[in-house]
Amino acid sequence: MADDQKGLSRRDFLKTTGIATGALVGGGLIGGLVGYNVNKDGVQTKSGTKNAEDHDVTSVKGLMFFTNHADFNVLSQAVERIFPEDDLGPGAIGLGVPYFIDNQLAGSYGNNTREYMQGPFFAGEATQGYQSRLTRAEMFRQGIAKMEEEAQKRYQKPFVDLDGGQMDEIITAFQKNEVEMKGVSSEFFFRVLRQATLEGAYADPIYNGNNNMDAWRMKGFPGHQMAYINMIEDEKFQKIEPKSISTMQH
Amino acid sequence: MAKTLDKVNVVTVGVGWMGGIIAAECAKAGLKVRGLERGKARSTADYQMIHDEYRYAIRYELMQDLSKETITFRNNRKMRALPMRQLGSFLLGENLGGAGTHWNGHTFRFLPYDFQIKTMTEQKYGKNKLSPDYLLQDWGITYDELEPYFDKFEKTAGISGENTNPFAGKRSNDFPTPPMKRTPILKKFENAASSLGYHPYMLPSANLSEAYENPDGQTIGACQYCGFCERFGCEYGAKTSPEITVVPTAMKTGNFDVTFHANVVEVLKSGNKVTGVRYVDTQTGEEFIQPADVVVLTSYVMNNAKLLMVSKIGEQYNPDTGRGTLGKNYGYQILPGVTGFFDEQMNVFMGAGALGMTIDDFNGDSFDHSDLDFIHGASISLTQTGNRPIQTNPIPPDVPAWGADFKKASIENYTRTLSIGGQGASMPHKENFMSLDPDYRDAYGVPLLQLTYNFTEQDRNMHKYLTDRIAEIMKEMGAKTVVPGNPISDYDIVPYQTTHNTGGTIMGTDPANSVVNTYLQHWDAENLFVVGAGNFPHNGGYNPTGTIGALAYRTAEAIQKYSKTGGSLV
Repeated sequence: MADDQKGLSRRDFLKTTGIATGALVGGGLIGGLVGYNVNKDGVQTKSGTKNAEDHDVTSVKGLMFFTNHADFNVLSQAVERIFPEDDLGPGAIGLGVPYFIDNQLAGSYGNNTREYMQGPFFAGEATQGYQSRLTRAEMFRQGIAKMEEEAQKRYQKPFVDLDGGQMDEIITAFQKNEVEMKGVSSEFFFRVLRQATLEGAYADPIYNGNNNMDAWRMKGFPGHQMAYINMIEDEKFQKIEPKSISTMQH
Repeated sequence: MAKTLDKVNVVTVGVGWMGGIIAAECAKAGLKVRGLERGKARSTADYQMIHDEYRYAIRYELMQDLSKETITFRNNRKMRALPMRQLGSFLLGENLGGAGTHWNGHTFRFLPYDFQIKTMTEQKYGKNKLSPDYLLQDWGITYDELEPYFDKFEKTAGISGENTNPFAGKRSNDFPTPPMKRTPILKKFENAASSLGYHPYMLPSANLSEAYENPDGQTIGACQYCGFCERFGCEYGAKTSPEITVVPTAMKTGNFDVTFHANVVEVLKSGNKVTGVRYVDTQTGEEFIQPADVVVLTSYVMNNAKLLMVSKIGEQYNPDTGRGTLGKNYGYQILPGVTGFFDEQMNVFMGAGALGMTIDDFNGDSFDHSDLDFIHGASISLTQTGNRPIQTNPIPPDVPAWGADFKKASIENYTRTLSIGGQGASMPHKENFMSLDPDYRDAYGVPLLQLTYNFTEQDRNMHKYLTDRIAEIMKEMGAKTVVPGNPISDYDIVPYQTTHNTGGTIMGTDPANSVVNTYLQHWDAENLFVVGAGNFPHNGGYNPTGTIGALAYRTAEAIQKYSKTGGSLV
């Protein structure tokens, strides 16, 4: 996809971060840069670097739920393994998915506000769905701690210092329900984590994921468009520059 | 101490399609009608931010707040019923318009066969086609008797369609508006179905093909094919909904008002009549008694049944003895489906909720079941509802569910995948029913409704047969990979399936096997009417709204008559 389709916000970012525009082709590199800093060091190398693209006047991201960067970085690496950067474009980190999840956990999603959370609680059958007394916020806090614990147990290293294959092995252990968690199964936590990753990648950027709508561009989804009545009968596939609901004006 | 309000002629419990239709018709006839709606007011103006998949389709903004009330569920009587803590399998409505705000707008008429299913099945296949565990019964009304009311509902809603389905019941009039656009995606299905000898037709749609003024003077806009319809409200007022049709029609008579945040907790009964309802103001916690000459339960299937149960009106169904009718014949839908992966990219993100083509060659008794181990069938449709990226991540079976290969394949296939689905009929079984939960309560201290449901042999057999037929169509459409849905085993309340729950307050001609008569008048209380898909003795192979709309119009007429004459209407 040509650079001129990326829109103004991308070019503004390039200017403010001092990266030569000519050095960037497509969306992959930005995701790569962002991912690189976290991957290698596990922590921010320089204040503001990791999320420089977020720090323009119209969009500021920060942590509302996690209380330390170590936990947030475990989450970041885990979701990046689920939805990695590749030649198509950014992965979960580049898209801001960790911020999306953090922010959601701080609100009604994390607190299961609109769900039935009265007891008594029983494990139930799979066909009966979510039966944990834990809120999602509590589940994530425990799940992230468990990921770190598994890394230490298996490799005597922090999760963020593992190589990709080792991280995958731990995530797979969650998926196969091989990790002991309290009040919820690790398999269930994995499913919620995977779903949250996709939600953060593909939700409207107003939720602080899907940075610059790059996930929509990768996928060919034009986001919020007022109407397709004049093109829906066309045989040809339509490539349409995506729009956020934040542009909505009737 | 509950405060008693002034009496009205008619009170409706809930103001969605059913409450709106009853209110509009009764208010036009001069009756004073009050709607009690537990949710809030809303209108087209509240749907400006609707193109937001996360907020509306994933976090269910328009739907029921389960922290206040849900149901409990078990697959069978041996299992412990547990609360449905999150929405999943079906999406319950709340607020003005109810589920009629976030429906897709598929507006079918049940087949003539549906209304006389027991008689017609026995005539053709004998009495033992299904085991006696299936509680099949006729509805007590024929398609022809209901036809004028189908016509009326379709005119209110302005339904867009084409009268070319050879298996449909006879129509007195053509559709009010022409069919929607035949898109390239729809044509793929049409060509394939036709070449296999089937009879595709444009799905009858409540997303209108052109602007329309209904007989009540309400206008409905023209659909813009924006792709945000199911789970959303329409910012154009182009998806027919209660809040843009029947509710304003009722309002403009001056005989109708709605009390919002009014959660009804009991129907008050004295002798063979009801006297009104008791409700809680959800904002203050205060209790009120609303007396009425006629009480009409117009909430969803679950709540209509629950209110009768907690109010001890009618006899609870008992699966051991077969006695009792309340809660009996709960039905759902059987959903065979096939996904096809194509080489070419398609405009799958464009669409409308009811943009589709359908065949009925395998619905009802359109095909011979002599050598088959099930009855009935499904409408089979390809719909182009607008695929959105969080919910649409199609991958071939050999691709893992996460990681690099997942990302690549789900992105590659997002615009290269089509699905065909059947809406299969659901036959009532003696073990599938609703009752009151003994343990769990809602926010107002009222027991939750308990659902005991599982798929049965008939369902599994039908699913298998239809999946094969659908796969043949997909193959004919030119998909390079055809992936049939897995065979069904146990019903799972987690993944979304369909919000077409039926039964529990079923209609009929005999109080021994039905809760209400064919005017939806309660057998045990002549001034109590119960309206909705809960009246269906079985579920058909279509979306229910067209059929419940017709039943509601017939009942609205019956309530007007009852208001003059009193007594049983049958």
